Amino acid sequence: MGKTIAEKIFAAHLRDEPFPGTKVLDLDRVLCHEITTPVAIADLEARGKDRVFDNTKIKAVIDHVTPSKDSKTALQAKMLRDWARRHQIKDFFDIGHNGVCHAIFPEKGYIRPGYTVIMGDSHTCTHGAFGAFAAGVGTTDLEVGILKGVCAFREPATIRVNLTGSLPKGVYAKDVILFVIGQLGVNGATDRVLEFRGPIIDNMSMEARMTLCNMAIEAGGTCGICLPDMTTVEYLWPFIKDEFESPDAALSDYSQWVSDDDASYDKVLDFDLTNLEPHVTYGYKPDCVKPVAEMAGIPVDQVYIGTCTNGRIEDLRQAAEILKGKRIADTVRGIVSPATPKIFSQALAEGIIQIFMDAGFCVTNPTCGACLGMSNGVLSGGEVCASTSNRNFNGRMGKGGMVHLMSPTTAAATAIAGVITDARSM
Amino acid sequence: MTDKLFGGPAIFLDRSDINTDEIIPAKYLTEVTKEALKPYMLEDLNLENFDPKGDKLKNARVLVSRENFGCGSSREHAPWVFEVNGVHTIIAQSYARIFRQNTFNGGMLAIELPKADLDRLFALEKEGEVGISVDLDGQNVIATAGGKTETYSFDLSPFDKALVQAGGWVDFADTRY
Repeated sequence: MGKTIAEKIFAAHLRDEPFPGTKVLDLDRVLCHEITTPVAIADLEARGKDRVFDNTKIKAVIDHVTPSKDSKTALQAKMLRDWARRHQIKDFFDIGHNGVCHAIFPEKGYIRPGYTVIMGDSHTCTHGAFGAFAAGVGTTDLEVGILKGVCAFREPATIRVNLTGSLPKGVYAKDVILFVIGQLGVNGATDRVLEFRGPIIDNMSMEARMTLCNMAIEAGGTCGICLPDMTTVEYLWPFIKDEFESPDAALSDYSQWVSDDDASYDKVLDFDLTNLEPHVTYGYKPDCVKPVAEMAGIPVDQVYIGTCTNGRIEDLRQAAEILKGKRIADTVRGIVSPATPKIFSQALAEGIIQIFMDAGFCVTNPTCGACLGMSNGVLSGGEVCASTSNRNFNGRMGKGGMVHLMSPTTAAATAIAGVITDARSM
Repeated sequence: MTDKLFGGPAIFLDRSDINTDEIIPAKYLTEVTKEALKPYMLEDLNLENFDPKGDKLKNARVLVSRENFGCGSSREHAPWVFEVNGVHTIIAQSYARIFRQNTFNGGMLAIELPKADLDRLFALEKEGEVGISVDLDGQNVIATAGGKTETYSFDLSPFDKALVQAGGWVDFADTRY
């Protein structure tokens, strides 16, 4: 019997099986940010175990609230910063160099096929786009990861999601994943890996695959995963060119992280997306999705473009294409947060930042920003935000606020019209 | 060795998919101690007959809910806010993976009961205040209300049980790895 990619990664990283069904894996990456890491640091200090298992495998960033907004967030940043310095964690990103964790770490080439990755952040599943097993964990798992370089999992079964056909113009990875979550439900993939396959994936950029895998957790999934292919190799090439003679050699090596044809799956789902429409959420759960056309006309107060889901250069390009030469509605506050300094620079060089500014958007520094209502862009009660983020929970962006999740293209069209709008109708 | 108390008065939250933002809103994640979270337990949960500031929640030591409890964020602040309020036992039909792991990692109990048992437990609430005790060795939940007692057996993986007995994952891992 063949194996899935997740099973292969588990087998290659198995350190211990303390009890039947519990797999303790060696970790290739332990990623840290300033919200969930400080409590782990404080606990390690209190236990007299302020150590790190490997300071080259630990990467850290300040991203959720940056620059700090008050004394409390300044303390969180300071705790992470001091700890990174103390343990000589070279890959630590602070003001001027920092960006949203799930955008900056892949951008730096830290995530490779076959890796095991954890972070104290539920959207760590994003990194599965590279053919890695990447899971969000809590602070205690993070703490043990930092100290010992291991994490325990129940070996997850895999749901294979075959995405066939070709995406219509104006329909993007965000629409795909919203649709898939709508089909699976918010706990449809609990304790499961979502393995995305098919021609739709083959034709997706790494950025689009990250958008897709980013929201696996919104269906309860432990990890979203795409098999490594030439697109993966080309994205990583600047970082791996010394390791391999050629891209083909890299691809051949990475083929060890491809699911076998006779692998067994918990479930196989087939979706032909040839007629997929742009999707948007309603209500307070990410599986409450509808075609944009059915939600058209709902007024919004704020439009937020950015985050670990859709703050990458491709996303900004898609939004800018709609916004070029237009002004957003007077009733709308537009906020855009390029996810990393590199993306910001690229957008600047391509004239995209100017397009956003001319349209009336506020451009912020790279940060998680409005997404979770703990930094800037917080909603007041009764306000509505059209957002490219990944969660529409009640109160997520501010108590009493409503969030509709959508693609950057739909968000841009919505900003111009002031009401939820299908960009294809403009 | 665990310092947790499993059992006591129960509060019932009759809804599925109660998420981590409802359990502890993100704006409180700026705290760097567990104790500081104490006043904010379930602050954003809108549910009929539920008052996050009420005595019922304040006195509760066991929380009973439905499917996919704790979905959303990886924030361990969610089980922590229960921990610092003395709620060390959660009973539900199912959990989001990260929340479940976080709860066991902290040496607390996330008990799963089948829907039929959970329905009976919810029905018991109509008899009056429900008191729950947990027999960890026998893996039974014993619920009492209005002179009526019901027992439900539950499964617990050997790993989860070891975490509860060790008082959490850090101690377990530190001894073993």
